[in-house]
This record gives sequence, structure tokens and C-alpha cells, in this order.
Amino acid sequence: MSREPLVSVRRLTKVFGEGEAAAEVLRGIDLDLGAGELAALLGPSGSGKSTLLTILGTLLRPTGGSHTMLGRDLGEASDAERTRFRSEHIGFVFQFHHLLPDLTALENVMMPAAACAGRETADMRRRATELLDAVGLADRRDYRPAALSGGQRQRVAVARALINAPELVLADEPTGNLDRASADQVLALIDRINRETGTCFLISTHDEHVARHCRRHVRLLDGRLEGE
Amino acid sequence: MRYAAKIALRHLLATPGQSLLLVLGVATGVGVFVFMSALIGGLATLLTLRTVGNIAHITLEMPDRDPARIVPGERVQVAVQKDLSRREQILVWQPAVAQAEVAAGVVAVSPQIRGSAFVQRGQAVAPVGVIGVQPDKLSAIADIGKAMVAGSDALTPDGVLVGATLAEDLGLRIGQVVRLRSDRGRERSFRVGGIFALGISTADRQAVYMNFNTARALFDLPSGISRIEIKVAPPDAAPAIAARLRRATGLEATAWTEDNAQLFDALDAQGRTGTVIKAFALVTIVIGIASAMLLSIVRRRGEIGIMRAVGASPRFVLTVFAIEGTLIGTAGAVAGALVAWLALSAFPPLTEVEGGGLPVDRAQGDFLLAIALTACAAAVASLLAARQATRVDPVEAIGT
Ligand SMILES: Nc1ncnc2c1ncn2[C@@H]1O[C@H](COP(=O)(O)OP(=O)(O)OP(=O)(O)O)[C@@H](O)[C@H]1O
Ligand SMILES: [Mg+2]
Repeated sequence: MSREPLVSVRRLTKVFGEGEAAAEVLRGIDLDLGAGELAALLGPSGSGKSTLLTILGTLLRPTGGSHTMLGRDLGEASDAERTRFRSEHIGFVFQFHHLLPDLTALENVMMPAAACAGRETADMRRRATELLDAVGLADRRDYRPAALSGGQRQRVAVARALINAPELVLADEPTGNLDRASADQVLALIDRINRETGTCFLISTHDEHVARHCRRHVRLLDGRLEGE
Repeated sequence: MRYAAKIALRHLLATPGQSLLLVLGVATGVGVFVFMSALIGGLATLLTLRTVGNIAHITLEMPDRDPARIVPGERVQVAVQKDLSRREQILVWQPAVAQAEVAAGVVAVSPQIRGSAFVQRGQAVAPVGVIGVQPDKLSAIADIGKAMVAGSDALTPDGVLVGATLAEDLGLRIGQVVRLRSDRGRERSFRVGGIFALGISTADRQAVYMNFNTARALFDLPSGISRIEIKVAPPDAAPAIAARLRRATGLEATAWTEDNAQLFDALDAQGRTGTVIKAFALVTIVIGIASAMLLSIVRRRGEIGIMRAVGASPRFVLTVFAIEGTLIGTAGAVAGALVAWLALSAFPPLTEVEGGGLPVDRAQGDFLLAIALTACAAAVASLLAARQATRVDPVEAIGT
């Protein structure tokens, strides 16, 4: 890849706890992610997949190593700057949909943008409607999460991750809670969005079936990345 | 701000029963605040009204003549003895009355002849205090006109008005003739023209009102008068006006407040008690809202984590919960004030309070102050609690 990668981490380490109880979860990760990639992050339970995703998502600071994205050195950035960067450039999809129960599907999709701007605009509403349309839930826009199925909720969560048109979407076992059919639907959706918009996706999973939807596979083992 | 308010409102509407309960709690506190204000204020007004209603607010009299020091020097002992050979009277009284009448704040001026006398009817004799007033000033100080229970309040030269208790004691009826013997030894017959009941026991037992000029003759005061009684508005202004009249007329001016220091001490103590109760009501509101917000934040930890994870700033979540608490506080304050306002309407006005009734004055309910203080207290309480929301770590809260 000749051009500069979207995300780049070097010798990234993460140690939880101190002294005797210290647990070195990440032991020197080197990883580049380019625009338009659709990558699977594989590894057994407890290997540190979620930890790596939260670091890449600026929710957690690494113990050592460098982390740059879009040319920004995020290790140097303040908490406020990281929060702002996160809202503008990174989207999240979690294993449990984590939608806000008191907002409708449409309002949930708008939430990241509205929380940042301080209000909901017609523009956001239009974009959120388009996104719900894209995930096939145009007719469910006014439903609360409680009235949606697991697969539908996860598709709303995907739409929410995309509202701010992020360059990178981090998905932590997005289909871990879904049956095969719903999982396929969500994965097909991610695949389509990735092709249409060029958004980079990094999806953690220990399910090889999920991995088959992805074009690149990254394996975590013992805190290090295995050859791809 | 607007979006934070929307989220806050959604939170409140998500658990309507609980929100309503909180609002009710705040409303109760505000109700207590308002009711205490109205009651303490009303009680003070009623006591003042009852006290000042039928008495002179300022009395002008001849000053006591100070005994002059005959022997000069520091170590002189002087025995003061009241000069009983001369009666205290205001000889030149018309200018003082004129001055008092034009003084700011004065609403009524009544020159009076006062003296002691015995009323005789058959074998019965009763000591009375005679008040000689100009007929048009009869009701200027004590509202005799309104207190009439029989006869007419016209002060004819040969008529007297007597209190209801005295009339009962002596078996007096309208039109009957009684003899009065003054402390100057003069005697005269009068016809009972009217009977009044002021509700003040000493007045109803002992006061006898008669025509100013008739009283002159009865008490041997051909030109002077005993005192000038004055009513002012508002009654609190009496001390200041008395001081001015003292300077202007050279007479001794006594404000009603000087004789009623106890009343003011009592009103003060009562006011302080009210303040303490009101402060406790506010503290209760603050604690209630703060703990409700803390609970709400614990319950919504996961949601806070999500909002933070997708880019909401700590400030945003702070605003959400601060608004949530402030909304509860303000809604409770307005609801409480409204209910209190309606409830206080059911009480009779102060002038019609009867024994055993609560002298509540709605006008002194401090509604706006109660609303403002509660809203501020709620804002502070929820802001303090909401800081807890900014400390939620998104990674932990989401539990990925
Ligand atoms: N806050 C923390 N404090 C201490 N240890 C932690 C913390 N977070 C994670 N760990 C440890 O780090 C290791 C990696 O956890 P992580 O959640 O990243 O694994 P994972 O690969 O996502 O596993 P899974 O597939 O089960 O989700 C685990 O051993 C976990 O106990
Ligand atoms: Mg995990």
C-alpha cells in the first residue's frame, strides 16, 4: 500500500493492573488499516480483541506504543480532543446493541451527531432516515428498541455508527448475539456499506463464519498479531 | 443544551410514575414553604391589626415638666414628685392639630378631653373613663361607628355612648338617663344615646364617649385639651412620624410601638421560627433531588457509557442530568405553588378570622420566592449529582 494508512499502531502494549497482579494483554501490536478495508479481528476469548478495539476507538489509552489516525498522533491528544476525534471519525457497533431505550430507532441513529451539535437538525434527520432505509428499517423508524428484534436492533446500531460518516467503524462481535440468518443480514449490510462508501471496518469475532465475509484476517494470540 | 433537554425529558417520561412522585415530593416542600410564609405573615398582620386597629398610633401630650436643679453641682439628689396641683393639659392645641393634620402619613387626628368619672343609676355606681371627642371624630381612632350594637352614634350635647359591658352591668338601655360625677366634682345627667361593643374588654366596661364641648364643662377645661390622638398609615411608620411631630410641636409624642415592644419581640421570634422551617423545607428538596439524580445516574450508567463512547462530551452528560433535576425541581415548585395558592384561597381573609381559625394571608405566601429558591436549589443539587455522571468510564459501563 503506497499511500498513508488510515490507522497505524506501532509496538502497542496494554498492561492492566500493577506489580504482582499486572496482566500484559497486548504485547507489542503493529497494525495498519487502510481506507476501504473490511477486516476481521480473530482470536480466542480473552485474547484482547475488545481491548485492542477500545484502544483503536480512543476509549482507552494504551500503556505503550504509538497510535495515529488520519495523521493525528492520538497518544498525544487530550481527553477532550480524543472525544471530539472519536465523534467525528470513528463509529462503534457493540455485541449488545446498546441503543438508548427511551429514543426511537431514528433518534438513536441521530444521537451521536445530535449530542455533538447540541440539537437535532433537519439534515441529521434526513441522513438518519437514509441510513435506516439502507439497513432496511425505514418502516421501523419510530419504534423503540424494545419493539425491535435482535437483528433489527443491531442494524439500527450499524446505522448509528455511520451517522457521522466516520472513516473507521469498530465492531465488537456485532453478530455474537444473533442467529445465523440475522447475522448474515447484518454482515451483508456491512459488506455493502463498505463497498459503497469505502468506510473501513474492523470486526472482532471468534466465529469463522463471520470471518468469511471479510477480505482481510488479523489474528490475535497471546497479545501479539499472527501472520496474516 | 436543547438536545440535552430533550434527552432529560425522555428520561423523565420513561418512568412517569417515579417522576410524578418526585415532583409531588418537591411540591410538598414548596407547599410547606408557601404555607409557612402565609401563616407567619398572616399571624403577624393579624396581631398587628388587632393591636393597632382600635388604638391611637401616636399620642400627643404635654411633656412632663422636668424638675429644675436648684442647687448647682455634681452631687445633687433630686426627688421627683409629680406636680398634682396643676393638671396636664395642652393649652394651645389648635396649631398642633393643624400641624398633625398636614403631616405626611397621618390619616386622622382627634383632639380629646379625658377624665375619670362615676356613672350612677339608682344605687349602682361604676367608675368610667370619659373620652370627649368632636362628633365628627368619634370613629377616627377606635371605630365606634362600626361597633354600635344599639342606638345611634350621633354625639348630642346631652348624650353619651357607653360600652356593652357597662350597659349590662348597670342595666342601661337606650334613652335612659344616667348621672355622671367627674373627678372635678361636677355632676350632670345624660341620656344613653348608643351602646357599642369594641371587643376590647376594658373599653367595653369603662369607656364613655361624649361630646367634646360637654366634656369641657364636666372636667373644668375651658380652653385646653388632654391629648391629641393620631392614626397613621402604615402603622409601622408611627415611630418616624412621632419623632417628626415631637420636633414640630414640642409636645410629647408616643408611638404605639413603644408600648408594645413585647409584641415585636414575639413577631420577631415567630419570623425566625418560620425561616428555620422554610430552610428545612428547602434542604429536604435539595437532598431529595440530589439522591433521585444519583439513583438515576447509577441506573443509566450503561446509557451514559454509550453516549460517551459515540462521542458525547462529559459536559453533555452533565447537562442532561442537571436539566433532569432542574426540570423536576421547577415542575414541583410551580405545581406546589399553584396548589398552595388554590388551597390558601379556601381560608377566610384576615379580617374575618375567628377564634380557632388559621390567620393565613395568601398575599404573604412568597410564591415567586419559593419557586425561584426551589428552582435554584434543584439546579445546584442536580448539578452536584450530575458530576457523578461525568465520571462514568465508557469502557467499564459498556462492559465489552
Ligand atoms: N479493565 C480491565 N482490568 C483488568 N483486566 C482486564 C480489563 N479489561 C480486560 N482485561 C483482561 O484483558 C484480557 C483481554 O480481554 P478482552 O476483553 O480484550 O478479551 P476478548 O478477546 O475481547 O475476549 P472475548 O472474545 O471473550 O470478548 C482478559 O484476560 C481480561 O481479563
Ligand atoms: Mg470481547
